[in-house]
Amino acid sequence: MRKNSSLGRLVLLLLVFALVAAACGDDSSDTTTAATTGGGDDGGSAAEAACDADPFGCVEVGDGEAITIGTLLVISGPNASLGQDSQNGVVMAADKLDGTFDGTNGELLGRAIAFNHQDDGCSAEGGQAGAQALAADPSTVGVIGTSCSSAALGVADTILSDQGIAIISPSNTGPALTEASQHQEFYLRTAHNDKLQGAAVAKFAYNELGARSAATIHDGSPYADGLQAVFADTFEALGGTITVREAIQVQETDFTSVLTSIGADSPDVLYFPIFAAEGGLITQQARQTDGLADTTLIGSDGMLSADYVAAAGDAVEGVYLSGPDLSAFTGDQDFYEGEFKTSYLELWGGEPAAAFHAHSYDAANMLFDAIKEVAIDEDGTLYIPRTALKDALFATSGVQGITGTLNCNDLGDCQSTATIAVYQVVGGNYDSSNPVYSEVASLDG
Amino acid sequence: MADTAPTTQSSRRLRFERIPMRRIILIVLSISIIYGVVAGSTATLRAGVFTAEDWQSLFINGLARGSVYALIAIGYTLVYGILFMINFAHGEVFMAGVYTAYFVAVAFAGNGFLNSNPLLAIAILLLVSMTVSVFIAVVLERLAYRPLRGAPRLVPLITAIGASFFLQYTFRGLYGANVRAYPNIEILDGKWTVFGIQMLKTQGIVIVAAVVLWILLYLFVARTKTGRSMRAVGEDREIASLMGINVDRTIVATFAIGGALAGAAGILYVFLFNQVIFTMGFLPGIKAFTAAVLGGIGSITGAALGGLLLGILEAVGPNLFLTGAEIPSPNQLQPVIAFGVLVLVLIFLPGGFVGASEEKRA
Repeated sequence: MRKNSSLGRLVLLLLVFALVAAACGDDSSDTTTAATTGGGDDGGSAAEAACDADPFGCVEVGDGEAITIGTLLVISGPNASLGQDSQNGVVMAADKLDGTFDGTNGELLGRAIAFNHQDDGCSAEGGQAGAQALAADPSTVGVIGTSCSSAALGVADTILSDQGIAIISPSNTGPALTEASQHQEFYLRTAHNDKLQGAAVAKFAYNELGARSAATIHDGSPYADGLQAVFADTFEALGGTITVREAIQVQETDFTSVLTSIGADSPDVLYFPIFAAEGGLITQQARQTDGLADTTLIGSDGMLSADYVAAAGDAVEGVYLSGPDLSAFTGDQDFYEGEFKTSYLELWGGEPAAAFHAHSYDAANMLFDAIKEVAIDEDGTLYIPRTALKDALFATSGVQGITGTLNCNDLGDCQSTATIAVYQVVGGNYDSSNPVYSEVASLDG
Repeated sequence: MADTAPTTQSSRRLRFERIPMRRIILIVLSISIIYGVVAGSTATLRAGVFTAEDWQSLFINGLARGSVYALIAIGYTLVYGILFMINFAHGEVFMAGVYTAYFVAVAFAGNGFLNSNPLLAIAILLLVSMTVSVFIAVVLERLAYRPLRGAPRLVPLITAIGASFFLQYTFRGLYGANVRAYPNIEILDGKWTVFGIQMLKTQGIVIVAAVVLWILLYLFVARTKTGRSMRAVGEDREIASLMGINVDRTIVATFAIGGALAGAAGILYVFLFNQVIFTMGFLPGIKAFTAAVLGGIGSITGAALGGLLLGILEAVGPNLFLTGAEIPSPNQLQPVIAFGVLVLVLIFLPGGFVGASEEKRA
């Protein structure tokens, strides 16, 4: 008897599942047909032709509906301040569409902007989950993200490119993302490429600090590994010696054995381009390691945040941090220093916690401009062809953003020339408007 | 269906027993690992990359972090000794206490109390951390584990994993997702030289405090009435209750003691690492669990030995075994070494160093 009833329940459960699955299936097939065929009854229209010609079809925004922009940034976990800062930049770009920063989104082509904020978790797993959520939503026009290169490389960039959704990263700096062999069709970034940053740090260490030996630590992420590799190559090319290249595990807390091993050679410089939590601990523990007493500590933009300074505590004094030169944005400097920063403080109740709010602001504006360029408004419905949108983004050239002039190349690097700065922590904080070193670097030269 | 499953399983087990091949492979494997370790270590020592002071400081460092593992491991081992379940949420019990004490520490640092009255301040921090951890551990037992006491063993195990995530994200909601640095306590700065060996003051304090706490616990379990009833419940719950022991109260006491030690371990942990975040309980929790298994789960002596061994292996292992073998970035392989040793120990001593059967379960 009991067995029968439980079997019955199982069958019932399966039936329910089948029904739900069928319902979902219907739903998605409805939207795909709508998205690919375009209009419907008004045959032969311009919008229908454009949508039919586009391999990925169109995003349709019906009358009175909002344009959905996805964000895929790290908004949880130890690196949350990095992603939250970028997300603030994106929201501010939408806010500015009506000409003022007033805390309410402006309109684009007469439509409201709706955000779908996802978390990239600063990991491949997080990037996958978030990208799938965005890709599954047929109304996603474009995505600003990811924060971390590890969330993009082979994960978010691939998943979204496969769906024909443009993704613009404000802070992925890993060189691999725009290597010809790995670049995904719909991926762009407004962040500088670490080929520029790693080399700039190496030149700073060799020429300005007079360092002749250096050790590096990475945490296994494509960001850190790429950066330390470029640094090491440039440093050696300049005539310096790399004593040891070490690696740590994310979420570990005790790095004394790594540091003792590095301290055995007492290098002039220790370069550890990782993130806030582990970076803070390494800073503290390096100060307690005998062999590193005279070693200069240098980090990069993953640690250029209030979180890192807090995590490192008193040990942070004197540490050098590289990143985009916020003081030398060739773009609208008055606007950035004046209106933008004041509004940032008002809207989010604090100074920017990381360095990439300006890059995400520029990325969002790039996306808005491209939407304006390619969208077709027909009978109150907005049709945005996906491939045309991507092409418009890649065609961005000579556009003044606040981070400088945006010129996107074929591999999605929109900052083919960037100003990289090195800041020093003095008196418990770094002054983002007063770098100790700054250089203009170009991918082409 | 239900009737055939056990027979296939037991016949499979029999077949394995008949083939000694598996055993031989394991032994060959472990001999080659031991050979690699010895060869790597000799090469490292010959190359002379590290000075004697370096080795000393690595060793002290291993002892210090091992002491923290040991204290957390006791919480796993006590609960296992009585309920035969792994309380995977114990790492979060550890996090809850020290993270809450962080806010007290910040307040103390703000008004200068932390450095004007450091001993009193540390005592209050310890008290806050231990109280919160005890509270969380007891509530966890009452709400998550007690209703499942009669359930099959896997059920409370899965519940524990769920409780672990629940606690992590509850505290994320309460305290935020940022990393926070513990305020600096000035009297803990600097170094001591003990018998010619240099160590950071914090490391010395952590090691001594852990030893003291361990001795107190040992005396408690061996001498007090509650300790005796804990052992009795571990032996046989039903008979213990027939003898007039309040089983529920004994189990609550066990969770409370584990929680108190985890709370204390939390404060010692921030002496060493100076940082709190809501995910901080996970990795130390897993390592303490490993330490408990390494030492022989169910035994408090085993937990202490396992913790120390694991700490030392992590600190000394990569530099000693791998540097000589010219493996790049040896320290990234820290967990590989620690867990590799766990596997080796379990091959040769399946019950850990102090097998649960040899010593009276705590």
